[in-house]
Amino acid sequence: MNTEIFGVMLMILLTVLLAIPLGSYIGKVYSGDRTWLDPVFAPLDRLFCKAGGINPDKEMNWKQHLLALLTINFIWFIFSMLLLMNMGWLPLNPDANPSMSADLAFNTSISFISNTNLQHYSGESGVSYLGQLVLMLFQFISAAAGMAACAVVFKAMKEKHAGKLGNFYNYFIKSCTRILLPISIVVAIILVFNGTPMTFKGKDRFISLQGDTVQVSRGPAAAMIAIKQVGTNGGGYFGANSAHPLENPNYFTNIVEDVCILLIPIAMIFALGYILKRKKFAWMIFAVMMVGFLLLLIPAVYYEMKGNPGIGKMGITQPLGSMEGKEVRFGSAASAYWGISTTVTSNGSVNAMHDSFTPLTGMFAMLGMMINSFFGGVGVGFLNFYIFIIIAVFISGLMVGRTPEFLGKKIEAKEMKIAAIIALLHPFLILAGTAIAAHLYAGNPTAYASWLNNPGNHGFSEMLYEFTSSSANNGSGFEGLGDNTAFWNISCGIVMLLARFLPIIGPVAIAGSLAAKKYVPETVGTLQTDTSTFGIMVFAVILIIAALSFFPALSLGPIAEYFSLYRS
Amino acid sequence: MAKNTSNKLFEGALVKEALKHSFIKLNPRIMIRNPVMFTVEIGTAVMLAVCIWILTGEKNQGSLAYNFIVFSVLFITLLFANFAEAIAEARGKAQANSLRKTREETPAKWIQAVGDIFVGEIKTVPSSQLIKGNIFLCEAGDIIPMDGEIVEGIATIDESAITGESAPVIRESGGDKSSVTGGTKVLSDRIKVKVTTEPGESFLDKMIALVEGASRQKTPNEIALTILLAGFTLVFIIVCVTLKPFGDFANTPITIAAFISLFVCLIPTTIGGLLSAIGIAGMDRALRANVITKSGKAVETAGDLDTLLLDKTGTITIGNRKATHFYAADGIDEQVFVEACVLSSLADQTPEGKSIIELANLNINMFNTNGARFIEFTAETRSSGIDMPGGLKIRKGAFDAIRNMVIRAGNPFPEEVALHVTQISSKGGTPLVVSQNNYALGVIELQDIIKPGIQERFERLRKMGVKTVMVTGDNPLTAKFIAEKAGVDDFIAEARPEDKMNYIKKEQQGGKLVAMMGDGTNDAPALAQADVGVAMNSGTAAAKEAGNMVDLDNDPTKLIEIVEIGKQLLMTRGTLTTFSIANDVAKYFAIVPALFITSIPALQAMNIMKLHSPESAILSAVIFNAIIIPSLIPLALKGVAYKPIGASALLRRNLLIYGFGGVVIPFIGIKLIDMLVSMWF
Repeated sequence: MNTEIFGVMLMILLTVLLAIPLGSYIGKVYSGDRTWLDPVFAPLDRLFCKAGGINPDKEMNWKQHLLALLTINFIWFIFSMLLLMNMGWLPLNPDANPSMSADLAFNTSISFISNTNLQHYSGESGVSYLGQLVLMLFQFISAAAGMAACAVVFKAMKEKHAGKLGNFYNYFIKSCTRILLPISIVVAIILVFNGTPMTFKGKDRFISLQGDTVQVSRGPAAAMIAIKQVGTNGGGYFGANSAHPLENPNYFTNIVEDVCILLIPIAMIFALGYILKRKKFAWMIFAVMMVGFLLLLIPAVYYEMKGNPGIGKMGITQPLGSMEGKEVRFGSAASAYWGISTTVTSNGSVNAMHDSFTPLTGMFAMLGMMINSFFGGVGVGFLNFYIFIIIAVFISGLMVGRTPEFLGKKIEAKEMKIAAIIALLHPFLILAGTAIAAHLYAGNPTAYASWLNNPGNHGFSEMLYEFTSSSANNGSGFEGLGDNTAFWNISCGIVMLLARFLPIIGPVAIAGSLAAKKYVPETVGTLQTDTSTFGIMVFAVILIIAALSFFPALSLGPIAEYFSLYRS
Repeated sequence: MAKNTSNKLFEGALVKEALKHSFIKLNPRIMIRNPVMFTVEIGTAVMLAVCIWILTGEKNQGSLAYNFIVFSVLFITLLFANFAEAIAEARGKAQANSLRKTREETPAKWIQAVGDIFVGEIKTVPSSQLIKGNIFLCEAGDIIPMDGEIVEGIATIDESAITGESAPVIRESGGDKSSVTGGTKVLSDRIKVKVTTEPGESFLDKMIALVEGASRQKTPNEIALTILLAGFTLVFIIVCVTLKPFGDFANTPITIAAFISLFVCLIPTTIGGLLSAIGIAGMDRALRANVITKSGKAVETAGDLDTLLLDKTGTITIGNRKATHFYAADGIDEQVFVEACVLSSLADQTPEGKSIIELANLNINMFNTNGARFIEFTAETRSSGIDMPGGLKIRKGAFDAIRNMVIRAGNPFPEEVALHVTQISSKGGTPLVVSQNNYALGVIELQDIIKPGIQERFERLRKMGVKTVMVTGDNPLTAKFIAEKAGVDDFIAEARPEDKMNYIKKEQQGGKLVAMMGDGTNDAPALAQADVGVAMNSGTAAAKEAGNMVDLDNDPTKLIEIVEIGKQLLMTRGTLTTFSIANDVAKYFAIVPALFITSIPALQAMNIMKLHSPESAILSAVIFNAIIIPSLIPLALKGVAYKPIGASALLRRNLLIYGFGGVVIPFIGIKLIDMLVSMWF
């Protein structure tokens, strides 16, 4: 078998095999069951709680959970703004990098607290080491906040009566100490042994064979790269992200980093199965997500390995596939795999230029973000999926002749209202954002010429991708877009902010409202949500609501580009 | 069944009425109640404006003919949707009106009160002048003018006008059979009746108001679905509005007609247009089953029922117990025994007594009972019988009563008779022992006759996930036997009214929805407590007030039909929503390539249906979108057939038919229409 394809299959298999036990472990953590890491981290948790004046056993209802989430996020946002705008003169800045402008700091702060990690700057020259460390902190806490919100929904789904949904701070701290931190430590150590720097010294220099002096940026990179992968953050230490040889030195680290992208998002599904004691339900969700993921992945790998027909027409054979914008040490298949796995989750780290993917691969990457729930970000991926489940339950519940119920709770107007708003938010943010940009550009192409590196369909894709990435809290860029301007910084900032918090508030509110409802016992007439039929229903809902809404927009971008490239 | 039940969906007069209302409902103030169709109306208005714009010289929006056709198709789409609602209303109204007609303007013999006392002065007034609390008189041959409660007297009444049942019924003051319905006819005797409803507030009036647009409240589930559909509509507004700058960016001018067509095709017009018709049709179906519902919500709730409380008598068993066997004691001639049985039952007017004579199948005239003395059944003796002039004393009664009598007289009680008695009891039957001159002759076995086909109905309910509970006054042993034989899941034996209430409460605490049927005043609290309480029309006013449905047929098996009607209602909504949304796939593939083909010719490859031209593609899509509404009206009115095959199988089936079908059908339909349209465009 082709080695490259074998590598891809290995990564999928490895991820799933690791995710299953991790899922049970995460389930135990959120259920408060005993785990083998308790002796190590329990004292640490107690220290945090004591320092913060938190009683981790105090039960909260869903509104208190959301209040806690929003409050701590707001404080971090202020803290981040202050730091990024002043880091130039603060310590730990050996390369003397400047402070950020207000709009860039706004964009970057939101980008990191929203787990997006859209970077309109380059790490080597745009941030000090202190800045990098603070951004790394956000990579932990934004991931943990999403996971904690997800844990609240898990708990709410489990509850048959009343609204005691655990303690937010407890879920939050445990997400950091019991899940993110241990995995990150292991990954960081692997990276260090493979050559990723972990130092507070400034730039290194060497003299090349030609005799040129080359400055090499370095810093505390390994630690940040680990959490960026594990927490679906994606904000790289270096500008080129995981395509950079120090950030992702070889094929082995590529496997490790890529497994980390999908690891927790998949494990969260199995954690759900553990917590609800509904393994079959978890497998149904996993199957829907996996099928969706593979449907995006397989054609992407195919088109990347096949090469670019434009180059083929010039009479050049492409045995390695389409290698434009890719690293030779990874090859086309592994790059395509990364491209899809980083976009279906809200990770957004890259090991190749998404701008240079063949048109359909670029589209599948966008579709992954548009759907944003085939695994999705840590915690939040399931929350997005939850909305689709609610809509699917509503329609299919009717189809079996009962007023719809999910896990024994009736879905009524209030839940439908929230679900409808959240379901349309994502298309709204992406399409409206792109529409404004397209309108501005079409109105005066010369004034905005610096925005786009490419004219026509590809230029349209660049704008569409940027807003899609922001709204999916993904953070990857199509590149080729002149994005460090006030327009892009502020508009993307607003999109990230809304797209992060409303889709957390919505599902938590629905789950909280359902948890407080009367429990209806199951009968043979009740809709079964753990069957393949229901899985198909959810899949169809996702396809028709999430994917097809973007069909006209995608036609003008990658689809038009594809047909122009392949059919002419 | 009521005589007016017409199975024809589209009757001439109704269609005419509905057509008129289709135009009246175009009023935006009425239209806004349905957000999906309201947006179509706005689109139609915009298209009209575009047509006028072209007339004044605009050149970039395509030909006038094309734009006018788009406008016309959208306008027709609106009419179709309105027609669906109007025809459902018209059918419901016609059904209710035919019931109401019977009771309008009948002369009433009003008993006027002088001060506080009724002196019996009678004044004949039109029934419409009677108000709640008035008392009127009805004599043999009179039509009862208003719903009311008998305060004095007893009468046989022909209720066939309401129920379609030809056998007369007996109604009397006091007790649970005191309620009379307007429009029914008194056949014998005279009764005084107190009016229990204000004019215009009878159940039928409420029902008519429910199917008429004005006072119809959306049910909770309908509201939730409307919200979901509004959500879809909003998504597609976003999709279409943002397409304008996208088109500008790509230097692709998109005509207004194309925008509006894309939008109208994508929003769920099919379900949006049929939604209210489905709800009305649900109530109408209930009315056709002779059940008056007091709210649309009750029909919806019926689909969710988990537990049905059914009275044994009349529902599970036919009327009363019947004699099924004669067992003579050893040494007693069978013929002698049977004759003794018949003799003892000649004067017995109870159904059991009659059934004994039926079973014996002897010529009654051969018995000479001149000078005989009939002994009535009393609670003390627990037996009845006959004393013949020749000194022959025959007694028939409960086992221990007769045994005591026999033993007291110093005679032995045959062992085989006692054995038969135990056997009969253990089979759920009732033994009656017959004695002659204090010697036991044998045993008559009385059995409950389980209605034919009732087991299958319970099996069907079980597959729906509905638990059936039999309520009976029998002792637990008999109850258990009958419950097992009939296939009910549970039973309440020796039931008192409060037992029903407690059972309902217990089930509800477990989160279950419970339905029961009742007629007596003492049933009223339980009827009110039940999620669906079906009062019999013959029941007391209190019972009717407490329940949320009234069954005109007084048929206890009606609950089963009601559950199916509820499920059909919800299923029809679900399947048509699925169908409507699944249609979008094909419509995208028809319209999106058409929008861009002129400026990006490469996108021709996306035109997988090979539609003729952009104009023909857009027209085909909107025409398909319009005609799918009237094609589905029959389904909306009749409801999707419910099959009790379990939820998963049902979902699979409906997903295949309406989901997969909903994806495939428009591809075929649009292509066919395009072949036709391409002759001109």
